[in-house]
Amino acid sequence: MLRFIVRRLIQVVPTLLLLSILLFAWLRSLPGGPAAALLGDKATPEKIAQLNTVLGLDQPVPVQYFRFLGRALTGDFGNSLITGEPVTTEIARALPATIELAMAALLLAVVLGIPLGYVAARYRGRPLDTTTVIATLVGVAVPVFFLGYLLKQFFAVDLGWFPPSGRQAVDIDATHVTGFAVLDGLVTREFDASWDALVHLVLPAVALATIPLAVIVRITRASVLDVMGSDFVRTANSKGLAPRTVRERHVLRNALLPVSTTIGLQTGLLLAGAVLTEKVFVWGGLGTLLAQAIERRDYPRLQAVVLLGALVYVIVNLLVDLSYAVIDPRVRVR
Amino acid sequence: MSALLEVEDLKVAFTRRGEPDTVAVDGVSFDVKPGEIVGLVGESGCGKSVTSLAVMRLLPERGNRVAGSIRMDGEDLLGLSDSAMRERRGRDLSMIFQDPLSSLNPVIPVGLQVTEVLTRHRGMKKDAARREAAELLDRVGIPDPTRRLDSYPHQMSGGMRQRALIAIALACTPRLLIADEPTTALDVTIQAQILDLLKQLVAETGTALVMITHDLGVVAGLCDRVNVLYAGRIVERADRHELFRQPRHPYTHGLLGSIPRLDGPPGEDLAAIRGSVNDNLPWASPEGGACAFMPRCPRALEVCAEVTPAAEEAGTRLLRCHNPVPVAEGAE
Repeated sequence: MLRFIVRRLIQVVPTLLLLSILLFAWLRSLPGGPAAALLGDKATPEKIAQLNTVLGLDQPVPVQYFRFLGRALTGDFGNSLITGEPVTTEIARALPATIELAMAALLLAVVLGIPLGYVAARYRGRPLDTTTVIATLVGVAVPVFFLGYLLKQFFAVDLGWFPPSGRQAVDIDATHVTGFAVLDGLVTREFDASWDALVHLVLPAVALATIPLAVIVRITRASVLDVMGSDFVRTANSKGLAPRTVRERHVLRNALLPVSTTIGLQTGLLLAGAVLTEKVFVWGGLGTLLAQAIERRDYPRLQAVVLLGALVYVIVNLLVDLSYAVIDPRVRVR
Repeated sequence: MSALLEVEDLKVAFTRRGEPDTVAVDGVSFDVKPGEIVGLVGESGCGKSVTSLAVMRLLPERGNRVAGSIRMDGEDLLGLSDSAMRERRGRDLSMIFQDPLSSLNPVIPVGLQVTEVLTRHRGMKKDAARREAAELLDRVGIPDPTRRLDSYPHQMSGGMRQRALIAIALACTPRLLIADEPTTALDVTIQAQILDLLKQLVAETGTALVMITHDLGVVAGLCDRVNVLYAGRIVERADRHELFRQPRHPYTHGLLGSIPRLDGPPGEDLAAIRGSVNDNLPWASPEGGACAFMPRCPRALEVCAEVTPAAEEAGTRLLRCHNPVPVAEGAE
């Protein structure tokens, strides 16, 4: 098992290297550049050239790349062109917000999605199932930002049940320990802060969870139906086992295999969805950093955030593969 | 001796909305006496597996219609509630399936798959069930049974998996065991071992065995009586010796003729039954009736396309044919 993990972690290195090259080439081939974006209206060709020299952007792209790579290996991803701060500092500040949002969304999607998909499969063809199938189709089809605005308008503006934006009310004096607002409140026993953060979390988490939830429901349903028709479930029934034993011992565990793969893939999409959700709910996480960086051509920040996203994606999928080994003994021997 | 299992006029039709029903089993009647080994023989699609699943009441919950009666010890299984049927399944009657790999749950150890039937029907506690399971695996010839309890199906060979399934099926010494092509997915050398094992175990326990197969070689070595199915009906039934000595139905005759024989003249072509099971006529239709085998039958008469042959019993033999193979010709 340990060898498997180590081997997979080693595979991460070429993945990130390749991605960094692609990213670098892609950024440099975009029209405009940080200098033009920074100077705005005052941009003249001379000033742009001057600034490019200062930023090192007058060098050939391969030279820029190896400089970047050399520094990156020491943990230095440069300073943001917008704030002048080291991008690692910026990321460290924004990361907990995004993780909190993504985890909440993922939790919602998994905790609701698996039972819903299971129940739909069990009552296949009945109204409950049909409703679920149609609802999930809508769920997959609705764009995240559109749903975000709808939720915000209805539940925050019209009904006033939830705050429309932000992570915590400004008048709450919360102590920050981990950077995860809900967790901080629990750790410091400032439960009102925790509760306030949780209330802020609801709408963005629901908006972000919708697509993965719908996908998990659909995959679970299909997978359960597939397993219910399998030979070993027929064997289990031929033993006269109680329906509950058949369901829990024989159907569910086998049905979860494809679901866990889906969860891994959805986590990647969650990062993309977080950018939009954070925008709608003024969340101030990685998504906000990224959106700004794209607008302002902040190369150092863009490079760092995108590579971090890739790293998270690879690690999540490693975890999924490990969970496979827990559920499926056939994977364990390899 | 009165029968253990009596299947009478069993009909199974698969229904699909907006389409005509597909009749898979069309009035099958047969019985099984305690301790007897009865064969259900026929080619793919003749309804033999559907018959066995109907007896076990393991057909899909929806999309089919079952009519007729299936009595075990005089009790109609089709009339039982689901939970009453579950009480009997695995305890009074059990089943072995064709593909031992897909018939075992891949993600839980084999031991649990044996013990769960013991805890369910014999009320055993965990430890006792485990000891009993090891004994069962030992009885079906799995070496090192205690260690094997913790193995997963993929860690066993095909033959060993089928042995494990036999152990599961016989765990509660049922009075009836249905084996649906239990050797088809196995190597030839393993097939013989599994058949010997089945034969030995049912003899020891007094379990009656319904052997479903397309392989007349299996029937020859095992069954007391044989039912030959064609297109959902039994076309011939006889004692094993009688059937092999003297097949009367042209279909049975053709099946036996298509087996290669070691003592036949060298270079001789094997006889084949022309066409496939898809080239049949409906036994009964709005226009009247026919013999389903007619389009493939070398002995077909005009009447075969017009009148459904009735099942006629003579002694221990049942025959459904207008123009059976004469006794002298079949006897050789």
